[in-house]
Amino acid sequence: MALKMVKGSIDRMFDKNLQDLVRGIRNHKEDEAKYISQCIDEIKQELKQDNIAVKANAVCKLTYLQMLGYDISWAAFNIIEVMSASKFTFKRIGYLAASQCFHEGTDVIMLTTNQIRKDLSSPNQYDTGVALTGLSCFVTPDLARDLANDIMTLMSHTKPYIRKKAVLIMYKVFLKYPESLRPAFPRLKEKLEDPDPGVQSAAVNVICELARRNPKNYLSLAPLFFKLMTSSTNNWVLIKIIKLFGALTPLEPRLGKKLIEPLTNLIHSTSAMSLLYECVNTVIAVLISLSSGMPNHSASIQLCVQKLRILIEDSDQNLKYLGLLAMSKILKTHPKSVQSHKDLILQCLDDKDESIRLRALDLLYGMVSKKNLMEIVKKLMIHVDKAEGTTYRDELLTKIIDICSQSNYQYITNFEWYISILVELTRLEGTRHGHLIAAQMLDVAIRVKAIRKFAVSQMAMLLDNAHLIASNTQRNGICEVLYAAAWICGEFSEHLEEANQTLEAMLRPKVTTLPGHIQAVYVQNMVKLYASILQQKEQAGEKEAAQEITQLMIERLPQFVQSADLEVQERASCILQLIKYIQKLQVKEVPVAEEVIALFAGELNPVAPKAQKKVPVPEGLDLDAWINEPPSDSESEDEKPKTIFHDEEQRHSKPRHPEMDEEELARRREARKQEQANNPFYIKSSPSPQKRYQDTPGVEHIPVVQIDLSVPLKVPGMPMSDQYVKLEEERRHKQKLEKDKKKKKQKKEKRGKHHRHNSLHTESEEDIAPAHHVDIITEEMPENALPSDEDDKDPNDPYKALDIDLDKPLADSEKLPVQRHRNAEALKTPESEVPPVEKKSKKPKKKEKKHKEKEKDKGKKKEKEKKHKKEKEEKSKDKKKSKKKHHHSEEEMAESVQNGTLDDEPLPPMSSYRLLAENPYIKTTYDIQGNLQNDSQVTVSVIFENKSTSFLKSMELNVLDSLNTKMLRPEGSSVHDGIPVPFQLPPGISNEAQFVFTLQSIVMAQKLKGTLSFIVKNDEGSTHEKLDFKLHFSCASYLITTPCYR
Amino acid sequence: MQFMLLFSRQGKLRLQKWYVPLSDKEKKKITRELVQTVLARKSKMCSFLEWRDLKIVYKRYASLYFCCAIEDQDNELITLEIIHRYVELLDKYFGSVCELDIIFNFEKAYFILDEFLLGGEVQETSKKNVLKAIEQADLLQEEAETPRSVLEEIGLT
Repeated sequence: MALKMVKGSIDRMFDKNLQDLVRGIRNHKEDEAKYISQCIDEIKQELKQDNIAVKANAVCKLTYLQMLGYDISWAAFNIIEVMSASKFTFKRIGYLAASQCFHEGTDVIMLTTNQIRKDLSSPNQYDTGVALTGLSCFVTPDLARDLANDIMTLMSHTKPYIRKKAVLIMYKVFLKYPESLRPAFPRLKEKLEDPDPGVQSAAVNVICELARRNPKNYLSLAPLFFKLMTSSTNNWVLIKIIKLFGALTPLEPRLGKKLIEPLTNLIHSTSAMSLLYECVNTVIAVLISLSSGMPNHSASIQLCVQKLRILIEDSDQNLKYLGLLAMSKILKTHPKSVQSHKDLILQCLDDKDESIRLRALDLLYGMVSKKNLMEIVKKLMIHVDKAEGTTYRDELLTKIIDICSQSNYQYITNFEWYISILVELTRLEGTRHGHLIAAQMLDVAIRVKAIRKFAVSQMAMLLDNAHLIASNTQRNGICEVLYAAAWICGEFSEHLEEANQTLEAMLRPKVTTLPGHIQAVYVQNMVKLYASILQQKEQAGEKEAAQEITQLMIERLPQFVQSADLEVQERASCILQLIKYIQKLQVKEVPVAEEVIALFAGELNPVAPKAQKKVPVPEGLDLDAWINEPPSDSESEDEKPKTIFHDEEQRHSKPRHPEMDEEELARRREARKQEQANNPFYIKSSPSPQKRYQDTPGVEHIPVVQIDLSVPLKVPGMPMSDQYVKLEEERRHKQKLEKDKKKKKQKKEKRGKHHRHNSLHTESEEDIAPAHHVDIITEEMPENALPSDEDDKDPNDPYKALDIDLDKPLADSEKLPVQRHRNAEALKTPESEVPPVEKKSKKPKKKEKKHKEKEKDKGKKKEKEKKHKKEKEEKSKDKKKSKKKHHHSEEEMAESVQNGTLDDEPLPPMSSYRLLAENPYIKTTYDIQGNLQNDSQVTVSVIFENKSTSFLKSMELNVLDSLNTKMLRPEGSSVHDGIPVPFQLPPGISNEAQFVFTLQSIVMAQKLKGTLSFIVKNDEGSTHEKLDFKLHFSCASYLITTPCYR
Repeated sequence: MQFMLLFSRQGKLRLQKWYVPLSDKEKKKITRELVQTVLARKSKMCSFLEWRDLKIVYKRYASLYFCCAIEDQDNELITLEIIHRYVELLDKYFGSVCELDIIFNFEKAYFILDEFLLGGEVQETSKKNVLKAIEQADLLQEEAETPRSVLEEIGLT
């Protein structure tokens, strides 16, 4: 035995400490994993030893390994052991490990409650400090609930070191246990005026964080903070206060006005960039919230913009970045003041720092107007050419597209220019965004009818030069545009001038190297092309030419039939057969063009992406109702579930489906349409606000935006976008000269709804009148589309729960749960009013909790509801209180098991209530708990359960005291008097009472004899009964009752 | 602040402090992702980047990157200030700190951080106070350590 101990100690001397471990890892670079797994094995051995120093060392090493990415959750219990070491050295390590690896899912975390409580109340401020620090990292809702009161007490600790930590950690507690906010808030507010600047700043921090999430509850603190702001010189605190004001002002415009002056003063005077930046940001926020209220704030905006310009011009990249960031906030409300700095922002596009360039790009997005779009995009195109590195170039590309397409192509005055830009972008090599360009091409060609002819000619050119685009199939992102090109040429083939040439381009063998989905579109669209050529030739009477083209198809199609891509293969073989058939008919000189073209008749309309979601459920349609009666699983008719179902269905569906004849339905539909058409708030489509239009009854569906295009549709030579810029300038010049107000008026009127079939008339492509209209067809939405979507809100916002009114007086029910011990209550306040305790107390408790949470989730409530809720809460809390008592013993037991191990004592058996005595009337069980205030006392909790059908009353418990153990009786009574049980028991009910015993020695086990006397009352009268019992005090029962507090 | 990471130029994590409870798996994922992004940035680039819905503020001191994640409304410049203050603290404590100091005394580095920040908020802006607290706690530790060796001797006999 002794030898073993010696051996263990010697071994320990050779244990690795942290430094050895680190060194070891560095020396085993090649087989690090192996070395570490070896170390972990050693650590496991070390953790098995009794010596706490060894364990702490092991845990310390584990913390290091955890950082390297190794899982140490298996050691959670050992960490708790080290946390509960009495020596600060180990405790510190334990808490560090816990703060590094505990999280809400750690199951042993609940075992720490008592240990943490003990450390919080430790006389040593560093014990307390280390516990607070650790807790801040792993606090759970349970820990927060159980410890809130302790931490709140610490907020008034004598040492500022503890106070500031306690104040800061309260924020984490609030987040986890929102109920604690109201009771703790007054004290928190007090701390704003704490003599210690550290505590003060901590309180400012916490309140600022709280107020940022739910500002409206903190408006009343504004004067106090205003005072702090004007008096404080601590920049850290100032920044927080200013941030807080930034959150408050949107709710209280008067505050904003008051703030502007001190803030501008600060902006002028401060040398700290961080403070300056915060001030500028807040001024921006204030001005945004005031935007319409004050006329003379332009000076402040100017000041901000000026200061930001200085930041942007600074050589420090960080300031440059932040300057641009803040600029973009101003842009939203005061675009004009930013636009004057366009030069500076364009300069930033040349910056060597990519993130700065991206910020500048963001700003450009908001700075474009109809006037400068072409110019800005031109600059961007230059950057695209210069840009090195594909990521930035891709970013530029997407930004160009974003800028141009924003708010439904609002700023584009010339779509030919835009198509040219898109075509130019296809020359980018190795971009990932081919599909974006393709999507834009498709979108524009489909929605802007007037541009189709031009678009088709450009697309035909692309198809013709496909070999250039698809030359490098490895980086084939860009070949996606061929998808769009093929589709546009096919779908709008009537606009093609050299259809033959395009068809041949599409039939080139090289095409088979393209990705499958593109080939499939090729195959499908070459038939469309073919059909239109066929028609053309037939109409012209060129039969031979028609046959030639058929022959060409038959010759070339087989290369697609052999494709490995199923889609391509299937389409190609189908079409090949079709064309062979056509050939047969052609030989017989039957005209076929009409029929072939009929295959592709009709137009495809663009549908808004959200259209499906917005289809309203028609009146009278219950989607949950059965269409047919559900099939029954058994034949028997009178089975219960079925009949219930049946009834329900009848109840549900019948009244909701009043029988209506067709006429009635049609009439209603018409009425609904009328109503919607006359409702100006009914937004049918049009994503951008300026496209909201007045409805006129009987007008068509598709809203049309009309833009003057006095540019001739054909531009000689290559479609370089630059040419359009020039043309545009000329055009604008002309426009200035002859400003046509009439047209403008017309424009506005025509923004109204137009039904497709009627509006198309003007759009015939032959019509090349100078005043050509470009219509942007808005994507189609279903009729009766629901006006708003509420799918943007986040339902589980953790801060929502903290939206609590802090000015209301505190109700008793809201006090923080304090761990109390039963004996005090049992003696001083007889629990005569406590409602009967149910055995299964856990379930209802949980339910209540859930219920409460639900209520919270509902968010803002009316005062009335609140009152109601409070009543409920009070009730439930009362219940909880009584249940807790019952419950606690078990919980404490579980916790104290862990405490027991601290002192390396053998674990006592997990005990619950043991049977005391039983007879046909009553069953009693008991449990013994230590008294924490008084070492020489124990509390015996006895549960009395009425097993009979009679009423039990006048219960009295008496015990024969021993020398060591005596029952504590009220003053004035003799040692032979019993103690009345402070309640009566109706049939089937149980309740708990507590009795305090004093003892001399805890090393003596005791058996005390006792009697319970009571009166049984039933219909036949009442009888006096007695029940004898033996109360067993084991030594163990004393031991486990001293879990915490010294 | 949501978390703070220290890592070397080689991408080795040297310190991590999480002020939001996350599972190990998430932590690892975030760490890996961030280390990669930050290391990929060129030295001339600014110290801020947007990442998920957070803002990352980082700064390089010698071979070590200090990297903090803050929320949308937080002030980047003050976060840089916090990083700098922490480095100053380490410097004062270790006496011109180097990466090895932090590797071999990583628990000390944590203790200093814990005295400076709590729950992601600055708890003490005075360098002097932070260092005083650490010194006193260390003193306490040394006192405690003496009886430990005595105990071990008892174990030997």
